Amino acid sequence: MASALPMRAQVPSVGGEHRQHASWSPYDDNGGTVVAVAGDDYCVVAASTRMSTGYSILTRDKTKILRLNPKCVVASAGMQADMETLHKMLHMRHVTYQFNHRKPMSCPATAQLLSNTLYYKRFFPYYTFNLCAGLDEEGKGAVYTYDAIGSYERVGYGCQGSGKELIQPVLDNQLKAASPLVLPQQQWLSSLPLEQAVDLVKGAFVSAGERDIYTGDDVEILIITKEGVRTDRLELKRD
Amino acid sequence: MFRNQYDTDVTTWSPQGRIFQIEYAMEAVKQGSAAVGLKSKEYAVLATLKRAPSELSSYQRKVFKIDDHMGIAISGLTADGRILCRYMRNECLNHRYVYDSAMPLGRMVRQVADKAQVADKAQVGTQRSWKRPYGVGLIVAGYDEAGPHVFYNCPSGNYYDYKAFAMGARSQAAKTYLERQFESFGGASLDELVKHALHALQASLQDGELTDKNCSVAVVGKDTTFTLLEDEALAPYITGALASACYCFCRLFAGALLEDEALAPYITAVKEEEPEAAGMEAEQPAAEAEGGAAAAAGGEGEQQGGGGGGGDEGGAAPMQE
Repeated sequence: MASALPMRAQVPSVGGEHRQHASWSPYDDNGGTVVAVAGDDYCVVAASTRMSTGYSILTRDKTKILRLNPKCVVASAGMQADMETLHKMLHMRHVTYQFNHRKPMSCPATAQLLSNTLYYKRFFPYYTFNLCAGLDEEGKGAVYTYDAIGSYERVGYGCQGSGKELIQPVLDNQLKAASPLVLPQQQWLSSLPLEQAVDLVKGAFVSAGERDIYTGDDVEILIITKEGVRTDRLELKRD
Repeated sequence: MFRNQYDTDVTTWSPQGRIFQIEYAMEAVKQGSAAVGLKSKEYAVLATLKRAPSELSSYQRKVFKIDDHMGIAISGLTADGRILCRYMRNECLNHRYVYDSAMPLGRMVRQVADKAQVADKAQVGTQRSWKRPYGVGLIVAGYDEAGPHVFYNCPSGNYYDYKAFAMGARSQAAKTYLERQFESFGGASLDELVKHALHALQASLQDGELTDKNCSVAVVGKDTTFTLLEDEALAPYITGALASACYCFCRLFAGALLEDEALAPYITAVKEEEPEAAGMEAEQPAAEAEGGAAAAAGGEGEQQGGGGGGGDEGGAAPMQE
């Protein structure tokens, strides 16, 4: 817990007695899950809106998605304070980019920028688990998945956050290619129709909400196509 | 002004209490092409004449967006103008980052001016022997909580709050137009304001005409983020399809750069000539726009087919100056 007062932690020592140890962590996990699925000409991005700390709920309506431009968004789970700062940084860099290049940032460019921004704080990381998603320069869906210090990879679908372990297998089952030995090599199956992809994401969140206490309340869903960004909202259980 | 023994560097006073280098820097502004800024109760408008070094080259940009609520027009050394533009953009972004709100214009222009004196921007160049003053004048137009503003930043490090202002080559003619008309600006609609700006600009144009290629206009206001109109976007104002052409603005995104067609209508209205039909590709409130354009083209001396209002009489005057 990132509390103001130093916390006394019990540390077992060699002799067997417990030594008192002050410990304070600058980090806190506010929970929540983010998911993104890329299609041939769309990208679905979803994030739960619950923000928690410990076993308490801080708010039921906190967005985790930064909309940089109609072709690219960044969704972050983890510590919301770091997420907000990271999002502010990315937004400012995006404004500057537009002044200098006279066009919005593309999704791959944002992906690289996010990676660099995260690695910049390699030794005091942003406690955020990110997905960068949108449409690439060819108009195809793109999803990039990150660790906390900026290692990233383009994938066909991804999820991060507290419900990651519950949702990832479901997406793998539905979207991953049968075998890496299949030729021509593809890591994920060619895309589902848009509505099916949205239903898959919704179903995944409902399932995760059942067992992950940090996922619940609502899910903010963005559907990114060349026509623009459409939003949807899925209600989850409030328990 | 003649060369004299007190004008070698900026740290030398003349016996009359003048610093000639600063005054020479102000001369540089007069070398640039004309730019005007004016405001009503709700909007601020910039209009500039663009110059091209040769027929083969493109026109020099003179209007720059600084932030969603603010932009500048420059006159003088363009390179100096770009430096100030970059500084202003950075300051506005930092302000937004820290305060999550738009930078108030009064503060911005003061900071730019202080750069001359205090190791900030413009004034420091007037007080260090190893520096020189900025050779560019800025008209800063914007909208903040206090309403619309038009400021002028001078190379001397002074800044002034204006109802309307013109700078650059032959700007006196534009100033005369503005002096005659400014009382009607307060209640003017956006279209009327742009027309006034173009009229004022036309006054500074010695030979040649306003076209959608050689001028650029920018508007900013309460519900209008700073929007640059060039080429197509300006065409309607030049052609005079105006009154209802103001709807164009509602369709513009922050910082959208509209090309030829949008500018042409306005320019044609000012010229009392045939609408630049070729230029009008932008989707417009179709029937009204074409109707307005035809009316303006047919009208003699009456440039505004649509929204009349004050200040129209002045429209004829600059043509004859």
